[in-house]
This record gives sequence, structure tokens and C-alpha cells, in this order.
Amino acid sequence: MINGSILKTKIFNITLICAFFLALGAFPTKALSQENKPEGGEKKFNPQEIIMEHIADKHEWHMYGKSYLPLPIILYTDKGLETFSSAHLQPQGTVYAGKYYSYMLVNNKIKVADTNGKIDEVNNKKVLDFSITQNVASMWMTGIILILVFFSMSSAYRKRPGKGPKGIQSWMEPLVLFIRDDVALPNIGVKYKAYMPLLLTIFFFILINNIFGMIPVFPGAFNLTGNIAVTLVLSVIVLLVVNLKANKYYWKHIFVPNPWWLFPIMIPVEIVSIFSKPIALMIRLFANITAGHIIVLSLISLIYIFGTQWAAVVSVPFTVFIDCIEVLVAFLQAYIFTMLTSLFIGMAIQEHHDHEVI
Amino acid sequence: MELVTPEVGLVFWTLISFLILLFLLGKFAWKPILAAINEREQSIETALSRAEAVKEEMARLTGENEALLKSARAERDAILSEATKVKNQIISDAKDAAQKEGSRQIELARIEINNRKAIAMADVKNQVASLSLEIAEKVLRKQFEDQKKQDELVKDLLRDVKLS
Repeated sequence: MINGSILKTKIFNITLICAFFLALGAFPTKALSQENKPEGGEKKFNPQEIIMEHIADKHEWHMYGKSYLPLPIILYTDKGLETFSSAHLQPQGTVYAGKYYSYMLVNNKIKVADTNGKIDEVNNKKVLDFSITQNVASMWMTGIILILVFFSMSSAYRKRPGKGPKGIQSWMEPLVLFIRDDVALPNIGVKYKAYMPLLLTIFFFILINNIFGMIPVFPGAFNLTGNIAVTLVLSVIVLLVVNLKANKYYWKHIFVPNPWWLFPIMIPVEIVSIFSKPIALMIRLFANITAGHIIVLSLISLIYIFGTQWAAVVSVPFTVFIDCIEVLVAFLQAYIFTMLTSLFIGMAIQEHHDHEVI
Repeated sequence: MELVTPEVGLVFWTLISFLILLFLLGKFAWKPILAAINEREQSIETALSRAEAVKEEMARLTGENEALLKSARAERDAILSEATKVKNQIISDAKDAAQKEGSRQIELARIEINNRKAIAMADVKNQVASLSLEIAEKVLRKQFEDQKKQDELVKDLLRDVKLS
């Protein structure tokens, strides 16, 4: 009896997983169609506009159909802080009169405008947008998920000390061990322990946001790790950690290259390399995730470009295929970012340098 | 271009959120998790090495037992062969002794028999001699009752003396 029910749940899980992958392909179709239709049949379908809109950050979180989750808008103006709900700015082009200025949304960006909807370029520069956008909200959501998952995991270790992993532990422990044994240990060496929290946080932060970004329905469908601001922050953290933890060999390698007559070439090159490594990290993650979203959306857009649902016969299987690749990419990019971070840290803190000047 | 221009707000919130996440996870998740994993690995390692040691100890004991058994077996064999040798020795000794004793007895018997025979023969000889003497005496007495026969005999004897 018990065995039977376990078997059933397993089958159920497989169907769930299949359904999930099918849904990846199926849902954007609906989302796009519902977004497109209200704007009027006479307007020509513009895939670039729609794709760019999906990729960019937004001030509201699309839920189902026409319903949107309004998000708080926080503006730092020269006159003071201003907060209001993004519902006041919907639909796009609506002018909302705030405490200090009046605002409207243009391409999901908040602009200072007069009551007629004319953008005030001078005052626009005085307003900094610190809104809780879709990306910020989704980042908090994934952050809370990470905290719940790993706090429960750590309490499981506390409750059953010395026992084998169980439940959520057995899902997450291989990944944690993978980061420790195959990423941190070989690249950093014996001092890896101090960097484990950073590496694990980076890995799981990127991974969960990659995965959630691919879910085409409400709690997902954002493009956080494909946003340059997020990858910028991550790589700046890497840059700071690498250079603040670097030892004398690292700096010697940069400022005292061998032989001496290479100084004029090597010093600028080495200084550039300090920054080029994190910049490469930033661009790689951003480009990979954004490209994945663009491909999926483009394939779905094919249906509307051809104007017949028969195009779905081609584009939906392709989308499913690309989604499968994107799941791989989600793991791969999280791994590569973490691996390169640990590699840079390892290069900065290693004791014996190949180019050491005697 | 808009795509690659980082927005201040998102940079700000990402930085704050990530650092908070790093702090919380680092303090309450990664440290205890890694410590627990480490502890478990160490306990597994010690258990394994202990098992290995026990196995070695067992092998050592088994080897010892085997050696003990072997030496015991060898000793037993040695004792057995020794015993067999001793037994054979004893048997052959006994045989020899018995043979010797037998032959001695036989010899003694023979000597005794010879002695007895000699004694008996001597006895017989004596008796025969005395009997012969008696008979001869009697015969002679009878013979020499008349003078003539005595003379005749003396004559005969003398003739014999002449011849010889």
C-alpha cells in the first residue's frame, strides 16, 4: 500500500516536470497574445519592442492576463523623498502628480512630465529612481526562498547531527559539496574556507534567479541575472574581494613585472586586467541570460510574425528545446561565475608565484 | 544601449539585498552547514579508519591463530612421529630382548640338557661298567673255576703278546 503510493507520487512528479517544461513553451504565447490584442488590431506586431520590454526592468509585476501587481515607487528628488504606488502610473502615459513633481512612465522608465504628458528634461536629471521594481521584488522573493531553504537545511543538520542527508538536505548538499570540492578547493587551495560563504551565496543567488527567470508565469518571468545592474554589483563585489584579499605576490606581479624593460607595457596591461576580469564576468552572465530570454521570446514571436497558429507547430518544440538548453545554461553560468570568482581569488592569494622576481 | 546601462536604483537594491543575503546565509546557513558536513565527514573518516584498524587487527589475530594452529599441528605431528619412533624402538627392543632371552634360555636348556645327558651317560657308563664288571667277574669266576681253562687263557694271552 505504502509502496504503491510512493510509486504513484514518482509518476506524478515526472508528469509534473513534463508539464512544467511544456508550460514553459505554452505560456508566453498567452502572455504575448493578451498583451498584444488590447493595443488594437491595426497596430503592427513589433517583436523587438515586445522582447525588449520583457527583458527590461518594470515598475509592475505582470501576474495573469491583464492583472498586474503594483509595486512601490521610491524617488529621490532634489526636494526630498517621494513614494507612491506604481498603480497610479498605469496604463503607460498616465501622468501622476506627486508631492514635488508629476510623473509618467515612458518605456517603463519614470520621467518627470508636465500635466500634458510632455517630458521635463531639466527636472528629470534631479530625480533618482530607487523604486522597488519587478527585479528588486523578485530578488527579494528569491532571497527569501534561499533563506527558507538553507535555514531549514542548516536546522536539519542541527536536529540530526552526524546523520546522512534527508529531504531538502539531499537536494542541496551535493551542490554545496560540488562548490566546495570542485570549485573552491582546487582553485583557491587550503584557504578556501573563508571564501565559501561568498561563493555559495553567489552560486545559489545566480542559480535561483536564472531558474526563476525562466518560469514564464507569475512568480517568475523576470530577467534579473540578465540585467547589467545586477551582474555589475556581483562583479564589483568580486573585484573588491579579489583585490582586498590579494597578497604581495599579486601586487608584485602587477607592478614589478619580469624583466624590468617590460614595465611600460606590462604595468598598464596588468592594471587593465584587474578590471577586465570582473567586467568579463559581468558581461558573460548578462549576455548569456539575456540571449536565452531573447531566443525564447523570438521563437514565440514567430507565431505572431507569421500570423497563423500553425507556426506554433515549429516554434513551440523549438522553444521547449531552447528552454531545456536554458536550464543547462542556468546551471552552467552560475557554475562559471562561481568558478571564475574562486579562480581569481586563488590567483590573488596564492603564495608561490610563477613569475616571481628573484 | 538602454539594455547595457545599469540603473542606479537596481544597483543600490541589488547591493543591499545581496550583502544582507550574504550575511544571513553566511552566518546562519553556510557556516553551520559546512561545519556539520565537515564534522560528519570526519566522523565517517574516523569510523572508516577505525574499521580498517579493526580489520587489520582481525587479520593479525587470524594470522596469529593460523600460525598457532600450524605450530600446534607441527608439534602434534612431531610428537606423533616421535611416539611412533619410540613405539617401534620399544617393539624392536622388546623383540630383540625376547629373542636374546629366548636364545639364552634355549642355550641354557641345551647346556642343561647336555649336562644332564652327560651326567646320565656317566651314570649309565658307571652302571654299565659296574654291570660289565659284575658280569665279567661272574663270567670269570665261572670260567676260572677249572684250572685247565685258566691255562688255556694264559696261553692265548701269551700268544697274543708274541704276535704283538
